[in-house]
Amino acid sequence: MSDHAADDTVPEVDESRRKFLIAATAGTGAVGAVLTAVPFVASWNPSESARAAGLPTEVDLSKIEPGQMATFFWRKQQIYVVKRTPEMLATLSAHDGQLKDAKSEKSDQPVYAKNDQRAIKPEVLVLIGTCTHLGCLPKTRFTPGDASVMANWPGGFFCPCHGSKFDLAGRVFEGSPASVNLKIPPYSFEGDNKLIIGVDAPAKGVA
Amino acid sequence: MSATMDKNEGGFRAWLNKRLPVDQFMADQLTGYYAPKNFNIWYFFGSLALLVFVMQIVTGIFVTMHFKAGEATAWNSVQYMVREVPYMWLIQPMHAVGASFFFIVVYLHMARAFMYGSYKGPRELLWVIGMLIYLALMAEAFMGYVLPYGNMSYWGAQVIINLFGTIPGIGPDLVEWIRGDYGIGDATLTRFFSLHVIALPFIIALLVLLHLVALRQVGSNNPDGIEIKENLGADGKPKDGIPFHPYYTLKDIVGVGLFLTLFAIVVFFVPTFGGLFMEAPNFEPANPSSTPEHIAPVWYFTPYYAILRAVPDQKLGALLMALSVAAFLFVPWLDRAKNKSIRYRGLASKLLLAVFFITFLMLMWLGLKPADGIYVLLARIFTVLYFAFFILLPFVSKADGNGPVPDRVTYDAH
Repeated sequence: MSDHAADDTVPEVDESRRKFLIAATAGTGAVGAVLTAVPFVASWNPSESARAAGLPTEVDLSKIEPGQMATFFWRKQQIYVVKRTPEMLATLSAHDGQLKDAKSEKSDQPVYAKNDQRAIKPEVLVLIGTCTHLGCLPKTRFTPGDASVMANWPGGFFCPCHGSKFDLAGRVFEGSPASVNLKIPPYSFEGDNKLIIGVDAPAKGVA
Repeated sequence: MSATMDKNEGGFRAWLNKRLPVDQFMADQLTGYYAPKNFNIWYFFGSLALLVFVMQIVTGIFVTMHFKAGEATAWNSVQYMVREVPYMWLIQPMHAVGASFFFIVVYLHMARAFMYGSYKGPRELLWVIGMLIYLALMAEAFMGYVLPYGNMSYWGAQVIINLFGTIPGIGPDLVEWIRGDYGIGDATLTRFFSLHVIALPFIIALLVLLHLVALRQVGSNNPDGIEIKENLGADGKPKDGIPFHPYYTLKDIVGVGLFLTLFAIVVFFVPTFGGLFMEAPNFEPANPSSTPEHIAPVWYFTPYYAILRAVPDQKLGALLMALSVAAFLFVPWLDRAKNKSIRYRGLASKLLLAVFFITFLMLMWLGLKPADGIYVLLARIFTVLYFAFFILLPFVSKADGNGPVPDRVTYDAH
């Protein structure tokens, strides 16, 4: 440090030193501002108790009649459980050409449900009952030939909000605003009649 | 005695002005602010928008006193305030109906800008700030609609929040972050409440201030679209201008009187406005197991909602919807006419604007209708027309917006 004389002469300003100091101060401040934003932004994530409330849901399948659907909640989402009859299952293979994603390649489901019936057991269909378009509840339109849904309707689901149509495996029809099939949650079975929603089936041993 | 007089020379007013420039502010902003003398009925809606904003703040303060945000409490607290708290049967509907009136006024204010080219230079930024107010207002209105937690609140929120899920990559996580849960719940309502009563009103107030500051800088446009500042009198004031106060403040009071009369009629006699201002499903509590037969947002969002539904692809639909709102921001640069006002543009420009206004109203109507049959087809046709306006605007405006304009504003003495 040089000594300054005690008079009114102003020492020459070192411009590059000033620029560096301004940039360093602004930069440090900006980093600090971003880091300070982290807790505020993160506070919007689900709380511990919200996460804990996402426990598995158990369903007694013996209480659902063949050809009927029952609904349950898992993680605040409505879960559709349909006991499909052989007649219902027979409809599935007849309209692949009208589907956006017949083989569920682009859709979201556990590997064990990525098959023609989109199920572990063909007769039990488990779906997240949230339209993959914008989250309404698709309504059941199980009666085949219901012309109010569309011509040659094989039976399935119809979303009242924006008109998406899904078949009895939750696969989306062409002409729907939804682009992918209804999601399938992780699920597994304990014994013949107990369905566990939220717990994955073991990797193999289930046909 | 004389010493006291010295201290208070000029009395209280002088004392005050020395410390707070009240008279100076009045002179700068009101009596010394010259506005074009040819304003017509379309120039009521700016001051009316400010009036509704203040009304919403005041009624909102009182609604907040009784409202309890939360899944279990929100619906009941609204029912309680309306049924049991003295005069809240009046104040709560004033707030709810006020939202619709806010949008009526804002849409008319925007229509005015379209007709007279008020967004054109040097007022581009004035328009952009106005559009930001419109965006903030949409967020504010959406959250306000969710808070009473009726069934349409719930399902409307479900649909709108899920729109963010269509953003590639971050979508699903973003949706969870917005809701603060795996579904809409307490966390969602309490944060919406905070944003609705604190954050967004603050932001809107700030933007309104900026809007007014920018307006003072560039001056008001007028139905002839002529810059009055280019024609000054010997006193340096615009020849075609008159002081905002007292002339336009008095004119605006007439508008305020008419507006409040209409507002009172609706609040007292038709608060739901046939299901348009308050929708039937919102008179039952939120029910996650039952989607209403037809989900439609409140009327002021339906033009964009119709566009969303018209597209048979989820991501493209959401994208076009966002684009349909964002397109307004670019209008100042899409309009390449020399003249501002529609009065001095050709037939093609007039037709283009008329078709756009009709398209907007048709989409508004279609968004309220179920998404099936002829409605889908119509929504697709009008979606195409909607975007056609923005695509054709540069060409049409350049071709026929350059005719002669008068030197001075035109008006009938009244």
